[in-house]
Parts: sequence; structure tokens; C-alpha cells
Amino acid sequence: MMNWNLYSRGDKFFAIVVSILIGMFTVATLYPFIYIAAVSFSSGFAAQAGKVVLTPIDSTIEAYKYILVQPDFWISYRNTFIYTIGGTVMSLLFIIPGAYALSRPQLFGRRFFNLFIAFTMWFNAGIIPFYLNMRDLSLLDSMFGIILAFAVNAFNIILLRNFFEAIPQSFEEAARMDGANDFQVLWKVFIPLSKPAIATITLFCIVARWNGFFWAMVLLQSQEKIPLQVFLRHTLSNLSDDDEFAITQLEAAYSAETVTAAIIVCSIIPVLLVYPWIQKYFEKGILLGGVKE
Amino acid sequence: MEKETRLQRIIFHLRREWQIYAMLLPTIIWFIVFLYKPMYGLQIAFKDYSIFRGVAASPWVGLEHFEHLFSNDQFIRAVWNTIKISALNLVFGFPAPIILALMFNEILHATYKKTAQTIVYLPHFISSVIIAGIVITAFSPSVGIVNTVLGWFGIDSIYFLTKPEWFRPIFVGTGIWQEAGFGSIVFLAAIAGVNPSLYESAVVDGANRWQMMWRITIPSILPTILIMLIIRIGNIMEVSFELIILLYQPATYETADVVNTFVYRQGLQSGRYDFAAAAGLFNAVVAFVLVMVANTLSRRYSRTSLW
Repeated sequence: MMNWNLYSRGDKFFAIVVSILIGMFTVATLYPFIYIAAVSFSSGFAAQAGKVVLTPIDSTIEAYKYILVQPDFWISYRNTFIYTIGGTVMSLLFIIPGAYALSRPQLFGRRFFNLFIAFTMWFNAGIIPFYLNMRDLSLLDSMFGIILAFAVNAFNIILLRNFFEAIPQSFEEAARMDGANDFQVLWKVFIPLSKPAIATITLFCIVARWNGFFWAMVLLQSQEKIPLQVFLRHTLSNLSDDDEFAITQLEAAYSAETVTAAIIVCSIIPVLLVYPWIQKYFEKGILLGGVKE
Repeated sequence: MEKETRLQRIIFHLRREWQIYAMLLPTIIWFIVFLYKPMYGLQIAFKDYSIFRGVAASPWVGLEHFEHLFSNDQFIRAVWNTIKISALNLVFGFPAPIILALMFNEILHATYKKTAQTIVYLPHFISSVIIAGIVITAFSPSVGIVNTVLGWFGIDSIYFLTKPEWFRPIFVGTGIWQEAGFGSIVFLAAIAGVNPSLYESAVVDGANRWQMMWRITIPSILPTILIMLIIRIGNIMEVSFELIILLYQPATYETADVVNTFVYRQGLQSGRYDFAAAAGLFNAVVAFVLVMVANTLSRRYSRTSLW
């Protein structure tokens, strides 16, 4: 259908213009990352003079040295891994069995339970009641609280339930013949058949956990519990107001901006490392999410 | 033969199917504890709440908080700002992924297309804190690339993030930069579903690519566009307030403060829980009504509901 050789001159012109526009948008998407990386490797003086455009000026790794010796940075990095791995495992422990149960035709009150879960997508009590509830549950400033309280959401359950519902009964029957119970059917039939959907949900959970910031900022007070995103936020808002820092940077080759940029680079790197794997699944995942009910 | 009673049937059913109930139970308990219990807590919007008395024991005050709310200039401003930012997002942010998908569809070179897609999807996966860090750095008066470039044209440095008139363009622009690429996936999938024979007969009729885009592709993906538009309208009250909290400052509250950031400041920063909960309840009810209307509309137009 699309064949360059059959294109008229007008079509070729159109295709070239579109390719250029796409190229411009792609460069515009990529540029801020390159710029931040360049700032992170520039000297504080060069950065403050506004000299950095594309490549590092007065190349230095001082900003990284400043970050990488801070114990708080490493603690928050470690915490982010704990929240991401713990939170994702917790999510799957709730979502997979829950979605399986909701997909069973023999479940009594199935319509009610589905509505019970879906309703939370449309109506949310909001920030304050959620916060006060966490207080009442004594889950403020608790790592376990963060992992548990954000484990489930209606969207992921419905997504997986729909996938389970689409699995033909014949797959299950063979296992039933061998006397398998529901746990075994889920483990041996449904989970292996649903790998793409489960991978998609795992991915959604990992990304949400890695990036999660607002509630971690609100609920966690102890410095040793905060994730990387909150550490980054503290750095962003404090560094420029911090007099002590302002004095040290006079003699140093870094500035608030280069340090910020260096932290940004450090926290993007893991995302970039898993991105190729992520990309394999998310296009599929989006489309799964699109065919609800 | 003995006649089964209703109770016996239930016991028999549970004995046979107890496993699926055991699997469902943790999820149901989770929803009750973390999502439904806060809904019960919403009653503090009608109470003089104090942390020491707790939700149930605090005295009722009727609509007092709502009366204060609707005579509070900051709250009214926050409602308008929410609507204005959403409207800008709709006008500029909604067409962007559609245009992008239509353009991707015209690219013949597979590797070029794949590479560009890989790059433009990326910002979606970056956290709002990092996005804010990038924006703050790029728009900074001394370091920022934006002011550096303005300097080349002899324009004086502008401290963008302290200027109320610049907040919304920066915020909406950032949103497009972050989400337009990822948003195009849905439309690309819709385009992939268009019947190829339509294009084949168009080629026979001598149509060019531009005409095919307007006469075949766009009409074919119109249902998808409509559904996505309805979803957007349903979510008008949902502005990504995480990013606003990171980017705004007192100097820009005038244009930047939305309902959720107002709730955050009043409730979590100033401790006026009941008042802030009332503001949050207002937002939630408006959002709920909008989503319901949106779903009814989408049912009418597409026969499939959104959930």
C-alpha cells in the first residue's frame, strides 16, 4: 500500500516534510536530557554563566563526586529499590488472585464485587481523608505502609480480569480433569497463559513505584526512609537556599544546578537501562487497557 | 428426595468454591481499608474535626465549611485555574498525539520510525520530580538554556518560574513534551486497524497521501478520537498536581494554584483538615459527575462503555 516508487512528486514531498517534522519533535524530546547531562558534567561557573548548550563546558565530575559521597543519596537510592521491588511483589500478590476470583462465573455476587472495585476509579475520597486514614492506621512514616497502601488499584485488577475472562475454558478443563483446585488452575494454567498481561501490570507497578513521590513526601518523615524522588525534591528546593552550600560552592567546581543535574542523571539511568524491556510490553499493555469490558 | 434449603445450598457452594473467595478476600479487605474507609472519613467535610476527637466524635457543623469555601477567593481562583489549565491541555494537548500518530503513519523508513517512536515515548516514564528538575534548570535565569538562547537575540533574562503569565504555557508545554509521544500509541493502533482495501481503492482512484489521510485515515479513527476526547473531558478536574506542587511558588499561585494544590496546602501544610476535605469533596463530586456524563456519552456513540 505504501510504496515509495508509486508515490507522486507531491506524495514524496509530503513524506519528506513529515519525516523532517518527526525528526524535529524527536530532537526536541531528546534535547532536554542531553542538556541536563551536559550541565551535570560542566563546572559550576560555566553552568551559572549560561554557557552550557549541548556539550559540557570545562568538563568535570565534581558534581557527581559531591553526590556520590552523600550517604543520604545512597540510602534513598536503596529505599527506592525496596519500594519498587516490595511494592510490585505486594501488588501482584493482591492483583493476580483477586482478578482470578473476579473472572470466575461461579463467584456469587460477581457483579457487585466488580462494581465495588470499579467504583473507586470514578470516586475517590481525596488527599485529606486518605492521609487521616493512614494516620489512624499508624502507617505514617512507615515503609511497610507505603508498600501496602498503594499496592492495588482498580484499573490493574480489571485489566487482568478481562485477560483471564478471555482465556477459553478448554485450557482449564484438562487441568480440572486431573483434579486441580483453583489455586493450581491459577498457577498452572492462567498465569502461564497470561504472561503478557502480567508483564504489563508488573511494568505499570514498577514505573509507578520508581516514580512515586507525592505520598512518599507526605507520609514519610524520617530521612532514612525517603525514596530517591523525595531526596531529589529536597535537593531541588533546598540547595539554592542553603547558605552553607553556597559558601562551599564558592571554592568548588560545582553549583546547585550542576548537582541537581547530576542527581537527575543518576536517577534516570536505571529507567534507561530497563527501558528496552519496558518498551517490549507497554504498547501491548496500553491496548489491553483500551479494551475494557 | 430431600429438598435443599437456601442455607444448605450456600454452605454447599462455599464448601466447593471456598478457594475463590479466599483469593478475593485480601483484595476486598484492601479496598475497604484503604479506599472505602477514607470515604467514610469524608464526613469531616461537614464536621468540626479535631485529630484528638477523631472522625466519629467530632461535632457536626453542617455546610459551614462549604459556605467558607465558596466565599474564599483562593478556592474560587483554584477552581477556575483547574478549568483553565485543563482547557489549555484539551486545546493544545489533545490534538498533539493525534497529529503525531498521523505523521508516524506517513513514515516509510521502518528504522527511522522505530527510533523516533522509542525516543518520544521515553518522557512518559520519567518522574514528575525529574521533569520539574529539568524545567527548573532549563528555565533558570542564570543557567537556563532558554535564557541563554534569548540572550543570543539580545533579550534580557526572564525569571520564568516567578512570572504568573508564564506558568500555564510552561506547564501545558511540559505536559505535551512528556505525553504526546506516548499518547500517540492509542491512535497508531486505531490507524493500524483501518481496512487496507480502502487505501487500495483510493490508489486506484488516483488519490494522493494527503487526501487519503483526510478522507480515509481520519474518518476511520474518529470513534477512537471521540472516545479519547470524552475521557479527557471526564478528567477535567484531574490536573497533574504533583508537577504543579513542584513548579509553583507563591509568586505564581495566581495562575498555578489548582483545587488539589489548594487542598494540599490548606490540609496537609496548614492542618485545616475539615476545610480542605470539603474542598476535596467538591472536586471529587464534580469529577464523578463528569465521568458519569462522559461514560453515558461514550455509550451512546460507541456502544462500548469506557469500563
